[in-house]
Amino acid sequence: MIRIVLPQHLRTLAGTGREVELHVEGPPTQRLVLDALETAYPVLSGTLRDPATQRRRPFIRFFACEEDLSHESPDALLPEAVAAGNEPLYVVGAMAGG
Amino acid sequence: MTAVRVLVGTQKGGFVLTSDGYRTEWDVSGPHFGGWEIYHMVGSAIDPMRLYASQSSGWFGQVVQRSDDGGVSWQPAGSQFAYEGTPGTHQWYDGTPHPWEFARVWHLEPSLTDPDMLFAGAEDASLFKSTDGAATWSELAGLRTHDSGPNWQPGAGGMCVHTILVDPTNTDRLHVAISAAGVFRSDDGGETWRPANRGLRSEGIPDDDAEVGHCVHRIARHPARPDVLFMQKHWDVMRSDDSGDSWREISGDLPSDFGFPIAVHAHEPDTVFVVPITSDSEHYPPEGKLRVYRSRTGGDEWEPLTGGLPQRDCYVNVLRDAMATDSLDPCGIYFGTTGGQVYASPDGGDSWDPIVRDLPRVLSVEVQTLQ
Repeated sequence: MIRIVLPQHLRTLAGTGREVELHVEGPPTQRLVLDALETAYPVLSGTLRDPATQRRRPFIRFFACEEDLSHESPDALLPEAVAAGNEPLYVVGAMAGG
Repeated sequence: MTAVRVLVGTQKGGFVLTSDGYRTEWDVSGPHFGGWEIYHMVGSAIDPMRLYASQSSGWFGQVVQRSDDGGVSWQPAGSQFAYEGTPGTHQWYDGTPHPWEFARVWHLEPSLTDPDMLFAGAEDASLFKSTDGAATWSELAGLRTHDSGPNWQPGAGGMCVHTILVDPTNTDRLHVAISAAGVFRSDDGGETWRPANRGLRSEGIPDDDAEVGHCVHRIARHPARPDVLFMQKHWDVMRSDDSGDSWREISGDLPSDFGFPIAVHAHEPDTVFVVPITSDSEHYPPEGKLRVYRSRTGGDEWEPLTGGLPQRDCYVNVLRDAMATDSLDPCGIYFGTTGGQVYASPDGGDSWDPIVRDLPRVLSVEVQTLQ
């Protein structure tokens, strides 16, 4: 079970609480986890990744285990603690004022 | 009993203001979609309970929301806006090529005949259409792929389709306005387009009377006289009597002909409203006096309307989509400011009152007259 902590605006949009849990087949990567998130919550499609390029939106960051994973390959394996469900993957809106 | 519903999009959420036909007491609901930029909220002309809202964020992109109960509850609709084919480039501010990138929907324009059909005007400049109540969108790519497209460039707010007019007597005829490309007209439901800017003259482009490149801020029309179009341009207030084939200036005795919104009285096709601001670099009213100007002669001769509006120390702006009219008699006029006030006049502009004072920066105002 993969745990994902969403920012406030996306919790509201998706109608979820702070954290959602997803099942991902096989070793989890950013891409697989985000695909599963968008399948479970279609309204989130396009909010984290550009729909045309599937690249991370510029003001979105991914943190886990006190590390910034934003610039990791989308196909890199997530940390074992995330894969085991011991630590969540944090989706964070970049601090940009406003 | 008649009622009025005012839909206000702001930089930090949407608000729905309602009143009876007297338009003196107002209820305010919201913020809807708090914290998101609501560029536009609008209702269907034929199903007034059907509303649409464009919700966007620099962080999370574009969402379209839909309500089927007049704004009491909302459901996310389709938000996938994909350019047809491989988009090329347009000009950046400095004239260099820049890739076409979808940013947000500025304006939603519901069909006059089908509550499930609507158009979306987007940044970077493009037009989309939905025929299933905003569940899915397809691009009317003939606009973006017009031969002049690679030469379009953004205005200060971005390169956007911000105005969409559907001719009520011929729904195949559409006009759009793009900052900073100009007006384009289609006579086949949006498949093909041609520029409609003859007569416009603009500083800031190499050829000041070029066919495209004009920063048109807003166009408006009266439904009973669809070939007459009024325009607030970057500078200049303009009028066309031939559906955009040619334009002439009607700025007349305005204190400044720079501004953003322009609106037409619901029952008097020659009565037009603008809100002049000082200049392109000073986006606030001349002398700190918030004045709506009204022409009852279709332009050239303008009178200031000041009753109830601040006449000192006022430095707000009124954005292009933030002025609208109701269809009651007397006609109501409404506008929202960058300072968060929404003003209403229930008597055609003679007197004004703030119907709400302290909203976030107002991006758009639309009005529904409910019977």
